[in-house]
Amino acid sequence: MDIYLDHNATTPVLPQVAAAMADALARTGNPSSVHRFGRLVRRSVNEAREAVAALAGVSAANVVFTSGGSEANNLAIRGFAERAFVSAVEHASVLDAVPDVYIIPVDGNGVVDLPAVREILAGLDGTVVVSVMLANNETGVIQPVAQIAEIAHAAGALFHCDAIQAVGKRPLNLCELGADLMSVSAHKLGGPQGIGALVVRDGLDPEPLIRGGGQERRRRAGTENVPGIVGFGVAAQHAQRAVIDYSVMLAGLRDDMERRLLAAAPDATIHGAGVERLANTSCIGLPGVSGEIQVMTLDLAGVAVSAGSACSSGKVTPSHVLSAMGLDDDAARSAVRVSLGADTKAEHIDRFVEVWSDMAQRRDTGMDIRRSVA
Amino acid sequence: MTGAPTAIYLDHQATTPVDPRVLDAMLPWFSETFGNAHSEQHVWGRQAADAVDMAREQVARLIGAEAREIVFTSGATESNNLAIKGATRFALRHGRGRHIVTLASEHKCVLEACSAMEDEGAEVTVLSVDVDGLADIQAISEAIRDDTVLVTVMAVNNEIGVVQPLTEVGALCWERGVLFHTDAAQATGKIALDVDAMKIDLLSISGHKVYAPKGIGALYVRRRPRARLLAEISGGGQERGMRSGTLPVPLVVALGEAAYVAAEGLAREGEKLAALRARMLTRLQDSLDGVFVNGSMEHRVPGNLNVGFNGVNAETLMADLPELAISTGSACTSASVEPSYVLKALGISDADAGASVRIGFGRFTTENEVDVAAEMIVRAVQEQRAGGSARAAE
Repeated sequence: MDIYLDHNATTPVLPQVAAAMADALARTGNPSSVHRFGRLVRRSVNEAREAVAALAGVSAANVVFTSGGSEANNLAIRGFAERAFVSAVEHASVLDAVPDVYIIPVDGNGVVDLPAVREILAGLDGTVVVSVMLANNETGVIQPVAQIAEIAHAAGALFHCDAIQAVGKRPLNLCELGADLMSVSAHKLGGPQGIGALVVRDGLDPEPLIRGGGQERRRRAGTENVPGIVGFGVAAQHAQRAVIDYSVMLAGLRDDMERRLLAAAPDATIHGAGVERLANTSCIGLPGVSGEIQVMTLDLAGVAVSAGSACSSGKVTPSHVLSAMGLDDDAARSAVRVSLGADTKAEHIDRFVEVWSDMAQRRDTGMDIRRSVA
Repeated sequence: MTGAPTAIYLDHQATTPVDPRVLDAMLPWFSETFGNAHSEQHVWGRQAADAVDMAREQVARLIGAEAREIVFTSGATESNNLAIKGATRFALRHGRGRHIVTLASEHKCVLEACSAMEDEGAEVTVLSVDVDGLADIQAISEAIRDDTVLVTVMAVNNEIGVVQPLTEVGALCWERGVLFHTDAAQATGKIALDVDAMKIDLLSISGHKVYAPKGIGALYVRRRPRARLLAEISGGGQERGMRSGTLPVPLVVALGEAAYVAAEGLAREGEKLAALRARMLTRLQDSLDGVFVNGSMEHRVPGNLNVGFNGVNAETLMADLPELAISTGSACTSASVEPSYVLKALGISDADAGASVRIGFGRFTTENEVDVAAEMIVRAVQEQRAGGSARAAE
């Protein structure tokens, strides 16, 4: 049995999304063409834009489709300013968006330190973007985004929220978050890879990164990824309906899983457990066993988890997120991320707990960790 | 979808239908074997990564490149932006030049990317093309300066289908030590391309012009000698740091399959399209006076016809033909009422440009469709010339 517990890396496409995309893929037409073929696909783009807008609590005109979350994050920052203030636990696409970047520290749970934000942003001049994610991709920790937004605005900065991991997992609303800009990505919520969006509040227009035709109201050139946009729209509609049930179900599974892991290895740590987290995410530290070994062992037993974010999972450096939370290199290297999805069943969790507990036991008895239960 | 199945699609330079073979190859990657291709530590990720590797190889083979010289992007617009801005910014940052040479007939996104570089301190020379739409090698040679970073000349024009002398431009750039970028969105899979023989350093590819879906493209980036770029999208460092972001596995697989299918049938398909085009042109010229072709017929991709009808308003003509998908120019600028800047660059008068349409034939176009479409166009032109379009008469 192959068990997939890496939904923060990517999710399977929902059946209704696949069906809608198959339809869209069978339809020929460039949405910029004025003939009937063009108009028909344009209509499907418009409908999807409405759905994504509704999920973010905005109007269709506020949605700029991009090739995904990384592009949306780059556009949010580089499209407005040459200088950014970002939290230490941000995704690489936020951290690296501009060279002139100032890092806002986080506490031991990975939560942005509000007094530090106030201090750092005091006496700001010139256009800057403050960027703090809604939920962390590695730990699931939720940030006090509305409060940070208020501080950013008081300092005259624009506020961007990377909501890529949160979208579909909790209700979302640009205004309630107090954000000027918000990034979302389809493949984290049952939509396809290769499509995302930057949500911009009224009156804000980024300097485009990709120039050419007048698509996306001149905010992002290039022929629209019509099937991707259609799939994103259907996934957004589904997410809006299912988001509450999903959280309740997964929180139950996840919390039960964490209790059992801690019972099996009392010295294990659930990173960020002291604060509000996404219902589906668990970042588990097992002292003395590197995350890579844990992931490999679990993979051999048919369970897919990850050691940190997928983009950096090829690298052997310790997680920058855990390091920012004050963990030493050894501790930051010995964690795995387990992320549940809508298709996760209790028996999947049982199997994961079994393999992981066996691994912890082997560690305690000095046996070869990788030769785990078959 | 009302009416669409009965309508005839002859706008293959705007976008192509997805080939059923491409669709079959990509669909399993949505839900059956999904995975993040960068999660190489588990089996789901490795399967996705293997599929991406194979697609990279397929795309590379189509243009005579190596797999590791292919950078996947969201489409040709992004590829053109990355090539032009990335190479120019690298040069500006390292004091290795600040000048770009391009053509007046390039795609909008190439011209916009060049002008964006002017804002960052670069200088751009925009060369005119001759009456056939062809670049003048001598003029390019004269335009190249000591501080020239890059010459960007499209492989095939999107409106008139004219094929530029890539081998000559490549040899010139090689000799003068400047990078050669070509926007091959309309050329890949349509004409034979070889980055080594043509001495191309950077080459942009579009998925949806070659029977793959929208939302995927690629940029070829030469490794030896290395063409150096600054990334436009930074972050996770995917695509060897040149383009961050999770790769869309189904789309990448689709582009790979589309490249494979195109390579297999390149010559055969070219002959078929040339025959369809000849059929259309013959029918139009046999039934109508005052038919003229824009751009070289000799140096032209077989699937493109750009044809004008004296005294006719092309916009009205299109409006009179709701069952026929043709266009008055690039889709990106087709909402504009201005005459095509590409046709103007050839020295064509506003009146003639405004009387011209682009007819694009594709892999699944039939002779019957061409016959029906020709008849429709002939009738509409005759009615308009007789004073009053069908639409105006309604």
